[in-house]
Amino acid sequence: MKVLVAVKQVAALDEDFEIRADGRDVEPDFLIRDLNEWDEYSLEEAVRIREAGTAPVEVIVVCVGPEDADEALRKCLAKGADRAVRVWDEALAGSDAIAIARVLAAVARKEAPDLLFAGVQASDHAFAATGVATAALLGWPHAAVVAGLTYTPGAKSAVVRRELEGGTLHEMQIECPAVLTIQLGINAPRYASLRSIKQAAAKPIEVLGLEELGIAAGEVGEAGSAARVRRMYIPDRGRAQMLEGSVEEQAARLAQIIKDATGSAR
Amino acid sequence: MSEILVVAEHRQGQLRPPSLELVGAAHAARRAPSDRIVVALIAQDASQLVPSLSVTGVDEIVTVRSPVAEFEPEIFARAVRGLIEARRPALVLLPHSVDSFGYAAALAAHGGCGFATDIFKIEYDSGGKLIATRGGYGQKVAVEVEFPDKDVIVLAVRAGVFRAPEGSAAPQVTTFETDLGRARTSSVGFIDSSSADDVDMAGVEFILAIGRGVGEQANVERFRELAAAIGATLGCSRPVADAGWLPKSRQIGQSGKTASGCKLYIAMGISGAIQHLAGMKHVATIVAVNSDPGASIFSVAKYGIVGDLFEVAEALEQQFK
Repeated sequence: MKVLVAVKQVAALDEDFEIRADGRDVEPDFLIRDLNEWDEYSLEEAVRIREAGTAPVEVIVVCVGPEDADEALRKCLAKGADRAVRVWDEALAGSDAIAIARVLAAVARKEAPDLLFAGVQASDHAFAATGVATAALLGWPHAAVVAGLTYTPGAKSAVVRRELEGGTLHEMQIECPAVLTIQLGINAPRYASLRSIKQAAAKPIEVLGLEELGIAAGEVGEAGSAARVRRMYIPDRGRAQMLEGSVEEQAARLAQIIKDATGSAR
Repeated sequence: MSEILVVAEHRQGQLRPPSLELVGAAHAARRAPSDRIVVALIAQDASQLVPSLSVTGVDEIVTVRSPVAEFEPEIFARAVRGLIEARRPALVLLPHSVDSFGYAAALAAHGGCGFATDIFKIEYDSGGKLIATRGGYGQKVAVEVEFPDKDVIVLAVRAGVFRAPEGSAAPQVTTFETDLGRARTSSVGFIDSSSADDVDMAGVEFILAIGRGVGEQANVERFRELAAAIGATLGCSRPVADAGWLPKSRQIGQSGKTASGCKLYIAMGISGAIQHLAGMKHVATIVAVNSDPGASIFSVAKYGIVGDLFEVAEALEQQFK
């Protein structure tokens, strides 16, 4: 059986950054890229299903992104993915979660996995939409914010625990194949060993274009998206009053704040 | 005149608070005062929830009878899609919540509608086009999005932004039928994961909360000592609970506890993810200690210290000796 894990190479902002000249994004030079934190957990969950060893399992990671996203995929290969697929075409620039889901659904049709995992959200734009949109396009059952999973490879259903607000868990049974969006904390992701990082560097990454997936350019990018970014700006935000001085002076101020707020006479 | 459709959220027979906030959001998002606000109630037993949704501003409650008692993603998606097709509302508002993560994107994937999540501002430009604002890059920027050529726009709205109406009303109650298909998930039950501890963080007045910045499990003890010395209860953000360094019951934030009774909150090594802020940003006095001057936590804190957590902890403890 197969588990397909959709991953994203996210972008975090450098301490200082500038908005792009057209005002619709940040200048790419100020972006620091990494594998989405949520995806570390969904990959780990997939690898654990394989390692449970009840049946042969192949873990495939897929990422929609340009060549530099290979870095995220290599990280996944080092952490236990068997195979990596990257999809890119210039027409994909400006895609939102819905347009990305069209690509992921096409890859899922091609790979026909028993389970498809995606992170609950990505740390950069936090749409919390890509996984479930992919499920809808595939017509598969789906569950979001999964913090616990019981699944035997080849089984017709799985038991999932959705993490609700306030820390309550909702246990559900779900038919497979299914799409699950995986929450932080479902497991403790492993670190890659030096040896596995070296091995991952030598593994091939399959690169696909839109044509191979039967997707028209107009179905993705801004044309295929449900929203378009109009403007990005740095918001005026509240700013804490900073306690300055030596660490002792800062601590003395803080101690006074504590005493004032707690009414303590200490 | 157009229509704004609000989808109510409920769990274990109770209406969830974001449902009423959405009515407030709908009120604020009307293009014209004559726009109708319609609340969709998808439930097995809608009648018991109708009274709590009969609030000021609601013109109509449309009930859809669900075959199951609890939230089921495909049932919700089909019900809302059916309502969209039948009524063609200009705007559909959902909570940006765990339940809506399960079906909101499904509406957008099939419906050809405009769609955006975690929206905290809704406005119209001079041409009458809707503009919604969300955060980007870990909430460090604001992002205005628009929906060219979309007749129906679905927005998942951030909790705690819009105010629920206070008065009651007597809206028209109607029913709607559509093919809800077959549910492919079934509810087994609810488990409270956070009850196994001696402390209820919701009732604590003074919290010292630690985050990823503490670095490793061995360092937690250092902050436990500090909490004891200054008279605070030790809490944490998600990464600390996920790693098992503190019990889940100590976690403050959306998926943990809300610091409802807290008056003084000291956040050490917490960057301030939106999910954490949801549980504590209301606290009257927030002090943030972080090595990153750009950390989001400083935008909600009253006082801040940029510096090394351990040095500040050491110096602070000295003050209480």
